[in-house]
Amino acid sequence: MPKITYKDIQGASKTIEVDNGLSVMEGAIQNEIPGIDADCGGSMACATCHVYIDEKWFHKLPKAESAEIDMIDMAFEPKKNSRLSCQIIVSDELDGLELTTPEKQT
Amino acid sequence: MKKTDVIIIGAGPVGLFAVHQLGIKGLKAVVIDNLDKAGGQCIELYPDKPIYDIPAVPECTGEQLTTRLLEQIKPFKTEFFLNERVDEVHQEKENWVVKTNNQKEFIASNIIIAGGVGSFEPRKISLKEAEKLEGKSVFYAVRNKEQFKNKKISIFGGGDSALDWALELSKFSKITLIHRRNEFRGAQHTLSEIKKLEKEGKVSIKTPCQIESLDNQSELKSITIKFDDGKTEKISTDVMLGFFGLVMKLGPIAEWGLNMNKKTIEVNPENFETNKKGIFAAGDICSYPGKLKLILSGFHEVALASVECFKRARPNEKYRFEFTTSSKTIQDRLGKK
Repeated sequence: MPKITYKDIQGASKTIEVDNGLSVMEGAIQNEIPGIDADCGGSMACATCHVYIDEKWFHKLPKAESAEIDMIDMAFEPKKNSRLSCQIIVSDELDGLELTTPEKQT
Repeated sequence: MKKTDVIIIGAGPVGLFAVHQLGIKGLKAVVIDNLDKAGGQCIELYPDKPIYDIPAVPECTGEQLTTRLLEQIKPFKTEFFLNERVDEVHQEKENWVVKTNNQKEFIASNIIIAGGVGSFEPRKISLKEAEKLEGKSVFYAVRNKEQFKNKKISIFGGGDSALDWALELSKFSKITLIHRRNEFRGAQHTLSEIKKLEKEGKVSIKTPCQIESLDNQSELKSITIKFDDGKTEKISTDVMLGFFGLVMKLGPIAEWGLNMNKKTIEVNPENFETNKKGIFAAGDICSYPGKLKLILSGFHEVALASVECFKRARPNEKYRFEFTTSSKTIQDRLGKK
Protein backbone atom coordinates (compact mmCIF):
# COMPACT_ATOMS: atom_id res chain seq x y z
CA MET A 1 0.00 0.00 0.00
CA PRO A 2 1.33 3.47 -0.83
CA LYS A 3 2.67 5.45 2.11
CA ILE A 4 1.66 9.09 2.49
CA THR A 5 3.35 11.49 4.89
CA TYR A 6 1.17 14.21 6.41
CA LYS A 7 3.14 16.98 8.12
CA ASP A 8 1.86 19.92 10.09
CA ILE A 9 3.21 23.44 10.04
CA GLN A 10 5.15 22.85 13.28
CA GLY A 11 6.99 19.96 11.64
CA ALA A 12 5.29 17.00 13.32
CA SER A 13 4.65 14.25 10.80
CA LYS A 14 2.76 11.01 10.47
CA THR A 15 3.24 8.44 7.73
CA ILE A 16 0.34 6.16 6.99
CA GLU A 17 -0.56 3.55 4.42
CA VAL A 18 -3.52 4.54 2.29
CA ASP A 19 -5.41 2.16 0.00
CA ASN A 20 -5.12 2.75 -3.73
CA GLY A 21 -8.19 4.53 -5.03
CA LEU A 22 -8.89 6.54 -1.90
CA SER A 23 -8.24 10.26 -1.94
CA VAL A 24 -5.46 11.78 0.11
CA MET A 25 -8.26 13.54 2.05
CA GLU A 26 -10.03 10.24 2.83
CA GLY A 27 -6.72 8.74 3.97
CA ALA A 28 -6.37 11.61 6.42
CA ILE A 29 -9.96 11.45 7.72
CA GLN A 30 -9.88 7.66 8.22
CA ASN A 31 -6.63 7.94 10.16
CA GLU A 32 -7.67 11.00 12.14
CA ILE A 33 -4.93 13.23 10.79
CA PRO A 34 -5.57 16.67 12.27
CA GLY A 35 -5.66 19.75 10.07
CA ILE A 36 -7.88 18.43 7.27
CA ASP A 37 -11.56 19.28 7.84
CA ALA A 38 -13.18 18.25 4.52
CA ASP A 39 -16.47 19.92 5.43
CA CYS A 40 -18.15 19.18 2.10
CA GLY A 41 -17.10 15.55 2.07
CA GLY A 42 -15.01 15.67 -1.11
CA SER A 43 -17.33 17.39 -3.59
CA MET A 44 -14.81 20.18 -4.30
CA ALA A 45 -17.17 22.71 -2.77
CA CYS A 46 -15.42 24.00 0.34
CA ALA A 47 -11.58 24.12 0.28
CA THR A 48 -11.21 22.84 3.85
CA CYS A 49 -9.06 19.86 2.81
CA HIS A 50 -6.46 22.23 1.42
CA VAL A 51 -2.82 21.06 1.69
CA TYR A 52 0.64 22.13 0.49
CA ILE A 53 2.32 19.45 -1.61
CA ASP A 54 6.09 19.07 -1.16
CA GLU A 55 7.99 20.64 -4.07
CA LYS A 56 9.48 17.36 -5.27
CA TRP A 57 5.99 15.87 -5.61
CA PHE A 58 3.95 18.82 -6.81
CA HIS A 59 4.80 18.46 -10.51
CA LYS A 60 4.41 14.68 -10.48
CA LEU A 61 0.73 14.93 -9.60
CA PRO A 62 -1.91 15.08 -12.31
CA LYS A 63 -2.69 18.76 -12.87
CA ALA A 64 -5.57 20.38 -11.00
CA GLU A 65 -8.74 21.07 -12.99
CA SER A 66 -9.82 24.69 -13.24
CA ALA A 67 -12.68 24.09 -10.78
CA GLU A 68 -10.15 22.97 -8.19
CA ILE A 69 -7.95 26.01 -8.83
CA ASP A 70 -10.97 28.30 -8.47
CA MET A 71 -11.84 26.65 -5.19
CA ILE A 72 -8.26 27.02 -3.91
CA ASP A 73 -8.81 30.80 -4.13
CA MET A 74 -11.18 30.26 -1.23
CA ALA A 75 -8.67 28.34 0.88
CA PHE A 76 -6.85 29.66 3.93
CA GLU A 77 -3.46 31.07 2.82
CA PRO A 78 -3.12 29.39 -0.55
CA LYS A 79 0.35 29.04 -2.05
CA LYS A 80 1.78 27.91 -5.39
CA ASN A 81 1.93 24.31 -4.21
CA SER A 82 -1.63 24.29 -2.87
CA ARG A 83 -3.99 21.45 -3.75
CA LEU A 84 -7.26 20.11 -2.45
CA SER A 85 -6.46 16.72 -0.96
CA CYS A 86 -9.90 15.35 -1.97
CA GLN A 87 -8.84 15.62 -5.61
CA ILE A 88 -5.62 13.60 -5.30
CA ILE A 89 -6.30 9.91 -5.72
CA VAL A 90 -3.80 7.54 -4.16
CA SER A 91 -1.97 5.12 -6.48
CA ASP A 92 1.33 3.23 -6.46
CA GLU A 93 2.91 6.17 -8.30
CA LEU A 94 2.21 8.35 -5.26
CA ASP A 95 4.01 6.03 -2.83
CA GLY A 96 6.09 8.33 -0.60
CA LEU A 97 4.02 11.49 -1.23
CA GLU A 98 4.68 14.19 1.34
CA LEU A 99 2.48 17.14 2.10
CA THR A 100 1.92 19.75 4.78
CA THR A 101 -1.41 20.78 6.27
CA PRO A 102 -1.98 24.54 6.64
CA GLU A 103 -2.02 26.31 10.00
CA LYS A 104 -5.80 26.14 9.88
CA GLN A 105 -8.55 25.53 7.33
CA THR A 106 -10.98 28.37 8.01
CA MET B 1 -42.38 35.43 20.69
CA LYS B 2 -43.67 33.59 17.64
CA LYS B 3 -45.43 30.26 18.21
CA THR B 4 -45.38 27.46 15.64
CA ASP B 5 -45.32 23.66 15.44
CA VAL B 6 -41.79 23.19 14.16
CA ILE B 7 -38.78 25.49 13.96
CA ILE B 8 -36.57 24.52 11.05
CA ILE B 9 -32.98 25.69 11.29
CA GLY B 10 -31.44 25.86 7.81
CA ALA B 11 -33.08 26.72 4.49
CA GLY B 12 -31.10 24.27 2.38
CA PRO B 13 -32.81 21.54 0.32
CA VAL B 14 -33.42 19.37 3.37
CA GLY B 15 -34.90 22.22 5.45
CA LEU B 16 -37.16 23.15 2.52
CA PHE B 17 -38.39 19.59 2.03
CA ALA B 18 -39.04 19.39 5.78
CA VAL B 19 -41.59 22.21 5.28
CA HIS B 20 -43.31 19.99 2.71
CA GLN B 21 -43.37 16.85 4.83
CA LEU B 22 -44.68 18.79 7.83
CA GLY B 23 -47.12 20.79 5.71
CA ILE B 24 -48.87 17.77 4.23
CA LYS B 25 -49.38 16.54 7.80
CA GLY B 26 -50.99 19.86 8.69
CA LEU B 27 -48.08 21.20 10.74
CA LYS B 28 -46.91 24.81 10.57
CA ALA B 29 -43.22 25.62 10.43
CA VAL B 30 -40.88 28.59 10.31
CA VAL B 31 -37.49 28.47 8.60
CA ILE B 32 -34.46 30.35 9.93
CA ASP B 33 -31.21 30.75 7.98
CA ASN B 34 -28.06 32.79 8.35
CA LEU B 35 -27.80 33.44 4.60
CA ASP B 36 -29.87 36.11 2.85
CA LYS B 37 -31.65 33.55 0.65
CA ALA B 38 -32.94 29.99 0.70
CA GLY B 39 -30.94 27.14 -0.82
CA GLY B 40 -28.02 26.56 1.53
CA GLN B 41 -24.95 24.94 -0.03
CA CYS B 42 -26.89 24.41 -3.30
CA ILE B 43 -27.22 28.14 -3.83
CA GLU B 44 -24.04 29.31 -2.15
CA LEU B 45 -21.48 26.73 -3.23
CA TYR B 46 -22.75 25.27 -6.50
CA PRO B 47 -25.70 27.22 -7.98
CA ASP B 48 -24.56 26.41 -11.54
CA LYS B 49 -23.21 22.91 -11.01
CA PRO B 50 -25.42 20.09 -12.23
CA ILE B 51 -26.64 17.50 -9.73
CA TYR B 52 -27.32 14.05 -11.22
CA ASP B 53 -28.60 12.02 -8.30
CA ILE B 54 -31.98 13.46 -7.39
CA PRO B 55 -34.47 10.64 -8.04
CA ALA B 56 -36.54 11.21 -11.20
CA VAL B 57 -34.60 14.41 -11.97
CA PRO B 58 -31.84 13.33 -14.36
CA GLU B 59 -30.06 16.67 -14.13
CA CYS B 60 -30.59 19.98 -12.39
CA THR B 61 -28.40 22.71 -10.94
CA GLY B 62 -28.27 23.73 -7.29
CA GLU B 63 -30.26 26.83 -8.16
CA GLN B 64 -32.93 24.88 -10.08
CA LEU B 65 -33.30 22.40 -7.24
CA THR B 66 -33.85 25.28 -4.81
CA THR B 67 -36.38 26.98 -7.08
CA ARG B 68 -38.33 23.75 -7.50
CA LEU B 69 -38.39 23.02 -3.78
CA LEU B 70 -39.62 26.56 -3.08
CA GLU B 71 -42.34 26.01 -5.70
CA GLN B 72 -43.28 22.71 -4.07
CA ILE B 73 -43.75 24.28 -0.63
CA LYS B 74 -45.57 27.40 -1.83
CA PRO B 75 -49.03 26.13 -0.73
CA PHE B 76 -47.90 26.15 2.91
CA LYS B 77 -47.12 29.90 2.95
CA THR B 78 -44.22 29.34 5.29
CA GLU B 79 -42.52 32.29 6.93
CA PHE B 80 -38.76 32.56 6.33
CA PHE B 81 -36.44 34.40 8.68
CA LEU B 82 -33.28 35.03 6.68
CA ASN B 83 -30.07 36.75 7.79
CA GLU B 84 -30.79 35.30 11.22
CA ARG B 85 -28.50 32.95 13.06
CA VAL B 86 -29.95 30.83 15.85
CA ASP B 87 -27.82 31.48 18.91
CA GLU B 88 -29.73 29.96 21.82
CA VAL B 89 -32.00 27.02 22.37
CA HIS B 90 -33.63 26.30 25.71
CA GLN B 91 -36.47 24.24 27.06
CA GLU B 92 -39.72 25.67 28.45
CA LYS B 93 -41.85 22.82 29.78
CA GLU B 94 -42.78 20.68 26.74
CA ASN B 95 -41.57 23.32 24.30
CA TRP B 96 -38.35 24.62 22.87
CA VAL B 97 -37.52 28.31 22.68
CA VAL B 98 -35.12 29.53 20.02
CA LYS B 99 -33.44 32.93 20.02
CA THR B 100 -31.57 34.45 17.08
CA ASN B 101 -28.63 36.85 16.95
CA ASN B 102 -31.16 39.63 16.18
CA GLN B 103 -33.12 38.81 19.35
CA LYS B 104 -36.06 37.21 17.50
CA GLU B 105 -37.74 34.49 19.57
CA PHE B 106 -39.69 31.42 18.54
CA ILE B 107 -41.45 28.70 20.52
CA ALA B 108 -42.46 25.25 19.28
CA SER B 109 -42.67 21.66 20.45
CA ASN B 110 -40.15 20.62 17.81
CA ILE B 111 -36.93 21.81 16.22
CA ILE B 112 -35.47 20.29 13.07
CA ILE B 113 -31.81 21.17 12.62
CA ALA B 114 -31.03 20.94 8.90
CA GLY B 115 -27.95 23.07 9.20
CA GLY B 116 -25.57 21.40 6.71
CA VAL B 117 -22.08 21.97 8.02
CA GLY B 118 -23.09 25.01 10.03
CA SER B 119 -23.70 28.60 9.09
CA PHE B 120 -21.92 30.35 6.27
CA GLU B 121 -19.65 33.19 7.28
CA PRO B 122 -17.24 35.22 5.18
CA ARG B 123 -13.68 33.98 5.21
CA LYS B 124 -11.53 36.63 6.80
CA ILE B 125 -8.02 37.94 6.38
CA SER B 126 -5.74 36.14 8.79
CA LEU B 127 -3.79 39.23 9.93
CA LYS B 128 -4.29 40.30 13.55
CA GLU B 129 -4.50 43.99 12.58
CA ALA B 130 -7.36 43.22 10.20
CA GLU B 131 -9.45 41.96 13.09
CA LYS B 132 -9.09 45.29 14.95
CA LEU B 133 -10.08 47.28 11.89
CA GLU B 134 -13.04 45.10 10.95
CA GLY B 135 -16.21 47.12 10.52
CA LYS B 136 -14.19 50.36 10.48
CA SER B 137 -11.93 50.05 7.45
CA VAL B 138 -11.86 46.32 6.75
CA PHE B 139 -15.09 44.78 5.38
CA TYR B 140 -16.22 41.44 3.95
CA ALA B 141 -19.53 42.61 2.52
CA VAL B 142 -21.00 45.84 1.24
CA ARG B 143 -24.18 46.69 3.08
CA ASN B 144 -24.34 50.37 2.31
CA LYS B 145 -22.28 51.54 -0.62
CA GLU B 146 -22.66 55.23 0.36
CA GLN B 147 -20.01 54.70 3.02
CA PHE B 148 -17.51 53.77 0.30
CA LYS B 149 -17.83 57.02 -1.67
CA ASN B 150 -14.70 59.00 -2.54
CA LYS B 151 -12.34 56.55 -0.88
CA LYS B 152 -9.24 54.69 -1.87
CA ILE B 153 -10.45 51.10 -1.85
CA SER B 154 -8.40 47.92 -2.11
CA ILE B 155 -10.51 44.93 -3.11
CA PHE B 156 -9.19 41.41 -2.62
CA GLY B 157 -10.48 38.35 -4.44
CA GLY B 158 -10.86 36.91 -7.91
CA GLY B 159 -14.51 35.91 -8.14
CA ASP B 160 -17.79 37.55 -9.04
CA SER B 161 -18.22 39.46 -5.77
CA ALA B 162 -14.79 41.08 -6.03
CA LEU B 163 -15.29 41.95 -9.72
CA ASP B 164 -18.85 43.23 -9.36
CA TRP B 165 -17.99 45.50 -6.47
CA ALA B 166 -14.85 46.73 -8.21
CA LEU B 167 -17.07 47.82 -11.12
CA GLU B 168 -19.77 49.34 -8.96
CA LEU B 169 -17.53 51.22 -6.55
CA SER B 170 -15.25 52.49 -9.34
CA LYS B 171 -18.07 54.89 -10.24
CA PHE B 172 -17.17 57.08 -7.30
CA SER B 173 -13.97 55.74 -5.75
CA LYS B 174 -10.44 54.77 -6.67
CA ILE B 175 -10.16 50.99 -6.84
CA THR B 176 -7.21 48.62 -6.61
CA LEU B 177 -8.17 45.03 -7.38
CA ILE B 178 -5.80 42.47 -5.89
CA HIS B 179 -5.80 38.73 -6.55
CA ARG B 180 -3.46 35.83 -5.80
CA ARG B 181 -3.26 34.67 -9.41
CA ASN B 182 -3.54 36.27 -12.84
CA GLU B 183 -6.83 34.67 -13.79
CA PHE B 184 -10.12 36.06 -12.54
CA ARG B 185 -13.26 34.00 -12.65
CA GLY B 186 -16.34 35.95 -13.48
CA ALA B 187 -18.85 36.66 -16.23
CA GLN B 188 -17.16 37.54 -19.52
CA HIS B 189 -18.75 40.99 -19.82
CA THR B 190 -17.69 41.85 -16.25
CA LEU B 191 -14.12 40.89 -17.08
CA SER B 192 -14.08 43.05 -20.21
CA GLU B 193 -15.61 45.97 -18.29
CA ILE B 194 -12.83 45.69 -15.71
CA LYS B 195 -10.16 45.60 -18.44
CA LYS B 196 -11.71 48.73 -19.95
CA LEU B 197 -11.66 50.55 -16.63
CA GLU B 198 -8.04 49.49 -16.13
CA LYS B 199 -7.11 51.13 -19.45
CA GLU B 200 -8.97 54.28 -18.42
CA GLY B 201 -7.02 54.30 -15.15
CA LYS B 202 -10.08 53.92 -12.95
CA VAL B 203 -9.21 50.50 -11.65
CA SER B 204 -5.71 49.29 -10.97
CA ILE B 205 -5.15 45.52 -11.03
CA LYS B 206 -2.41 43.83 -9.02
CA THR B 207 -1.68 40.13 -9.57
CA PRO B 208 -0.38 37.64 -8.57
CA CYS B 209 -0.03 38.84 -5.04
CA GLN B 210 -1.38 38.59 -1.54
CA ILE B 211 -1.70 40.83 1.47
CA GLU B 212 1.49 41.20 3.48
CA SER B 213 0.54 43.77 6.12
CA LEU B 214 -1.77 46.61 7.03
CA ASP B 215 -0.01 49.83 7.88
CA ASN B 216 -1.20 52.12 10.66
CA GLN B 217 -2.88 50.28 13.45
CA SER B 218 -5.71 52.57 14.56
CA GLU B 219 -6.79 53.90 11.20
CA LEU B 220 -6.02 52.33 7.85
CA LYS B 221 -3.65 54.44 5.72
CA SER B 222 -2.06 51.93 3.42
CA ILE B 223 -1.52 48.25 2.86
CA THR B 224 1.48 46.31 1.68
CA ILE B 225 1.06 43.51 -0.81
CA LYS B 226 3.61 40.91 -1.79
CA PHE B 227 3.95 39.59 -5.32
CA ASP B 228 4.79 35.98 -6.10
CA ASP B 229 8.33 37.01 -7.11
CA GLY B 230 8.90 38.40 -3.62
CA LYS B 231 8.58 42.11 -4.47
CA THR B 232 6.37 44.17 -2.21
CA GLU B 233 4.32 47.27 -2.92
CA LYS B 234 2.66 49.79 -0.67
CA ILE B 235 -0.84 50.87 -1.71
CA SER B 236 -2.51 53.89 -0.21
CA THR B 237 -5.84 52.58 1.13
CA ASP B 238 -8.74 53.91 3.23
CA VAL B 239 -10.96 50.85 2.92
CA MET B 240 -10.14 47.23 2.36
CA LEU B 241 -12.75 44.80 1.07
CA GLY B 242 -12.10 41.06 1.16
CA PHE B 243 -14.11 38.58 -0.95
CA PHE B 244 -12.56 35.21 -0.22
CA GLY B 245 -15.79 33.25 -0.27
CA LEU B 246 -17.59 31.73 2.66
CA VAL B 247 -16.62 29.22 5.26
CA MET B 248 -18.98 27.01 7.17
CA LYS B 249 -18.86 27.34 10.92
CA LEU B 250 -20.78 25.02 13.20
CA GLY B 251 -21.12 27.94 15.60
CA PRO B 252 -23.48 27.87 18.59
CA ILE B 253 -25.04 24.46 17.70
CA ALA B 254 -22.16 22.83 19.56
CA GLU B 255 -23.36 24.40 22.81
CA TRP B 256 -26.95 23.12 22.90
CA GLY B 257 -26.19 19.96 24.84
CA LEU B 258 -26.65 17.64 21.88
CA ASN B 259 -24.56 14.50 21.51
CA MET B 260 -21.99 15.38 18.87
CA ASN B 261 -19.65 13.27 16.77
CA LYS B 262 -16.95 15.61 15.44
CA LYS B 263 -18.99 18.29 13.67
CA THR B 264 -22.16 16.23 13.32
CA ILE B 265 -25.13 15.53 15.59
CA GLU B 266 -25.90 11.95 16.61
CA VAL B 267 -29.46 10.87 15.85
CA ASN B 268 -31.69 7.84 16.19
CA PRO B 269 -32.14 6.62 12.58
CA GLU B 270 -35.75 5.59 13.26
CA ASN B 271 -36.98 9.16 13.65
CA PHE B 272 -33.86 11.35 13.47
CA GLU B 273 -34.33 12.59 16.98
CA THR B 274 -31.24 13.73 18.88
CA ASN B 275 -30.60 12.97 22.55
CA LYS B 276 -33.02 15.84 23.33
CA LYS B 277 -36.69 14.92 22.90
CA GLY B 278 -38.24 17.11 20.21
CA ILE B 279 -34.95 18.21 18.66
CA PHE B 280 -34.25 16.48 15.37
CA ALA B 281 -31.30 16.69 12.99
CA ALA B 282 -31.35 15.84 9.28
CA GLY B 283 -29.16 16.25 6.22
CA ASP B 284 -25.38 16.67 6.28
CA ILE B 285 -25.36 17.67 9.94
CA CYS B 286 -26.69 14.38 11.33
CA SER B 287 -24.80 11.16 11.84
CA TYR B 288 -25.87 7.56 12.33
CA PRO B 289 -24.40 4.24 11.20
CA GLY B 290 -24.13 4.19 7.41
CA LYS B 291 -24.97 7.90 6.96
CA LEU B 292 -24.44 9.21 3.44
CA LYS B 293 -24.19 12.95 2.88
CA LEU B 294 -26.61 12.98 -0.05
CA ILE B 295 -29.53 15.32 -0.63
CA LEU B 296 -31.81 12.32 -1.14
CA SER B 297 -30.82 10.92 2.27
CA GLY B 298 -31.80 14.25 3.83
CA PHE B 299 -35.22 14.05 2.15
CA HIS B 300 -35.79 10.61 3.69
CA GLU B 301 -34.59 11.81 7.09
CA VAL B 302 -37.04 14.74 7.29
CA ALA B 303 -39.92 12.55 6.10
CA LEU B 304 -39.41 10.29 9.11
CA ALA B 305 -38.68 13.15 11.51
CA SER B 306 -41.93 14.86 10.49
CA VAL B 307 -43.96 11.89 11.78
CA GLU B 308 -42.40 12.19 15.22
CA CYS B 309 -42.93 15.99 15.09
CA PHE B 310 -46.63 15.38 14.44
CA LYS B 311 -46.94 13.12 17.48
CA ARG B 312 -45.35 15.79 19.69
CA ALA B 313 -47.20 18.76 18.20
CA ARG B 314 -50.61 17.02 18.22
CA PRO B 315 -50.47 14.70 21.22
CA ASN B 316 -54.28 14.26 21.21
CA GLU B 317 -54.54 13.29 17.57
CA LYS B 318 -53.78 9.97 15.98
CA TYR B 319 -51.21 10.01 13.19
CA ARG B 320 -52.51 8.45 10.01
CA PHE B 321 -50.15 7.58 7.19
CA GLU B 322 -51.53 8.85 3.87
CA PHE B 323 -50.48 9.03 0.23
CA THR B 324 -50.53 12.34 -1.67
CA THR B 325 -52.11 10.51 -4.64
CA SER B 326 -55.22 9.48 -2.72
CA SER B 327 -55.61 11.68 0.37
CA LYS B 328 -58.26 14.36 0.03
CA THR B 329 -56.89 16.07 3.17
CA ILE B 330 -53.38 16.34 1.74
CA GLN B 331 -54.70 17.55 -1.61
CA ASP B 332 -56.66 20.26 0.20
CA ARG B 333 -53.53 21.33 2.07
CA LEU B 334 -51.72 21.52 -1.27
CA GLY B 335 -54.55 23.63 -2.67
CA LYS B 336 -55.47 21.00 -5.28
CA LYS B 337 -59.07 20.60 -6.30
